[in-house]
Amino acid sequence: MSRGWRTLKLSIKSLLLHPLRSALTVLGIFIGVAGVIWLLSIGEGIGRAAEEQIAGLGARNIIVRTIKPSADEVQDAGYGLTRDDYIRLLATVPTIDKAIPIREVSREFRNGTRKFEGRCVGCTPDYAEVTRLEPRQGRFLTDGDLINQSNYCVLAAETADRLFPFGDPIGQKIMVDDHFFVVVGVTKSRAPSAGIGGSVAAEDFSRDVYIPITTMETRMGDMEVVMKPGQFQRDLKELSQITIQVKDRDLVLPTVDVVRDTIARNHTLADYGVTVPLELLQQAQTTRLMFMLFLGLIAAVSLVVGGIGIMNIMLATVTERTREIGIRRALGAKRRDITQQFLAEAVVLSVVGGLLGIVGGLLCRPISILIRGRLLEWFPEQMATLPEVVRTVEPMMVSWSIPLAFAISVIVGVTFGVYPAIRAAQLDPIEALRHE
Amino acid sequence: MTAVATLAASIRELRKDYVLSGETVHALRGVSFDVPEGDYISIMGPSGSGKSTLLNLLGCLDRPTAGSFLLGGEDVAKMNDDQLSETRAKRIGFVFQSYNLLPALTVVENIEMPLYYGGRIDAGTRDRCVELANLVGLGNRLDHRPSQLSGGQQQRVAIARSLVNDPRFMLADEPTGNLDSVMTAEILDLLASLNAEGRTIILVTHENEVAARTARTIVLRDGHILTDERR
Ligand SMILES: Nc1ncnc2c1ncn2[C@@H]1O[C@H](COP(=O)(O)OP(=O)(O)O)[C@@H](O)[C@H]1O
Ligand SMILES: [Mg+2]
Repeated sequence: MSRGWRTLKLSIKSLLLHPLRSALTVLGIFIGVAGVIWLLSIGEGIGRAAEEQIAGLGARNIIVRTIKPSADEVQDAGYGLTRDDYIRLLATVPTIDKAIPIREVSREFRNGTRKFEGRCVGCTPDYAEVTRLEPRQGRFLTDGDLINQSNYCVLAAETADRLFPFGDPIGQKIMVDDHFFVVVGVTKSRAPSAGIGGSVAAEDFSRDVYIPITTMETRMGDMEVVMKPGQFQRDLKELSQITIQVKDRDLVLPTVDVVRDTIARNHTLADYGVTVPLELLQQAQTTRLMFMLFLGLIAAVSLVVGGIGIMNIMLATVTERTREIGIRRALGAKRRDITQQFLAEAVVLSVVGGLLGIVGGLLCRPISILIRGRLLEWFPEQMATLPEVVRTVEPMMVSWSIPLAFAISVIVGVTFGVYPAIRAAQLDPIEALRHE
Repeated sequence: MTAVATLAASIRELRKDYVLSGETVHALRGVSFDVPEGDYISIMGPSGSGKSTLLNLLGCLDRPTAGSFLLGGEDVAKMNDDQLSETRAKRIGFVFQSYNLLPALTVVENIEMPLYYGGRIDAGTRDRCVELANLVGLGNRLDHRPSQLSGGQQQRVAIARSLVNDPRFMLADEPTGNLDSVMTAEILDLLASLNAEGRTIILVTHENEVAARTARTIVLRDGHILTDERR
């Protein structure tokens, strides 16, 4: 039997003499360690979700979007991004890889007597890639469609299912206004993108119909007339959005400045906004880091509290066991032996607490999903008022949180065990023996 | 005596002062005597005369204020704390008036305990502890706790424990002070047989009957040796 092993056995034995006291001390460390893991997991989960939403907009993208100015500023000439803006951007900004002019209008789509309200999107073939739309059937729009101003359209999944609930939609015709469009493809359904503030609103891609933007210009023009009770509203704009994809991530930020300048030169109204997902992504990462630090701080405080618990117990133990210390010293224990014994007890307490805490931490995901399920069942209204991110968060285990938590628990045990252990060893053997 | 007997210990002008809230208590005021190998000494004297103080010094539990204490040729007064511990662990058997067993440990575990600090634990350890328990007549109580034993039995466990490192030098501070006459006789028989094996024994006692069974009696008074007589 090695010396360390004997010390360990001895300390476990002493701890088991006071099971309740030991258990409570372990509980303190358990809560601290499990807390560190939980907080890190939840922080990571929230952070990842936010980053994924932003990344969904494309880290290489720059989104320039038309914003409608206040009513009295709108001129008869219309507002917003123009086809000229698009052409100028392509011509003057060399770092642009792709640029997509987009115009979105609300329309009613018809197939015989079936009708469906949705969004008609005029765009170019690159739209599918940049927006990450994948074909379910057929194909997306092509350059040929664009040049020929074809009356071809691609349906989003839900649009297709609603207009053609039974047959294959490919090759069929739908009506938009008084024009026929031939269906050449259907896209898979795609998770809606979240609004991320600024000029980018949440986008739901499920009720779309995509047509070449050239066709839209010729068939529908730039003027929308919206009927509201008691008045008509005219809405004249050429483009709703220009999505730019830059050649390289590193070029995004320099390109943004050039894009801003290029567009500003031809706009007197504040009728557009520039959103840079990469900037948002970087902000979100900084925010997440701050968030994690903050959570880490809270967890650290709880660990310190657990450590003080250990110190408290160990100091009480030293007083209570003065006579035992005296006996051991009288029978030949060196100061070092006594220090080791008490230190070993503190470390055993904190390591057991730490291991249990890690187990508790690993249960974070199943438990929090369970709790969320219960809460949704019992308090649906209150839950509905919570922010989306909180309601749907999936804790993500951070791999380094386990060694971190374990190391912390050992450090806490040693740190808070050292002082009582030294106190114990400083006792004078004769004084200690006299202690009743 | 012409032949020079080997000395187990040699004490010269040993002094011990205690400072208690500014006042100095002179517990030992210069004590000198030699302890030949295999001697059996009783120390007597009124309460407060310095008997326990002397025994603690002889047991390396404390360091003298002045004087020298040679144990097998080494000056204990010059040892540091670790060396004192090592000497206690390996060379001295100490028996206390109040037994000083660890209540959480069994008889065998109590006997074994000094070996943790002497660093001599091996496969035969338990057998040796059981043998010692048999020697003191507790072979059938191996896994009992001290609270389940009588005072005499507890003191016998303490004696077995003091023997586990096979010390040549044994000290006992009023080993029979808490025991009735039957148990006292048992303990004294045990000590006598250990002395017969050649171990040097020094014990402190109040009782003349106990002192009568030793070979030599030193009487202390006020920190001085009053008499030192061999029977
Ligand atoms: N730790 C101590 N601190 C102060 N005084 C002490 C201490 N130990 C013993 N004394 C004093 O030293 C003297 C001798 O004590 P002690 O050796 O215990 O006597 P005995 O064992 O003969 O009764 C007494 O006056 C006692 O009060
Ligand atoms: Mg005494």
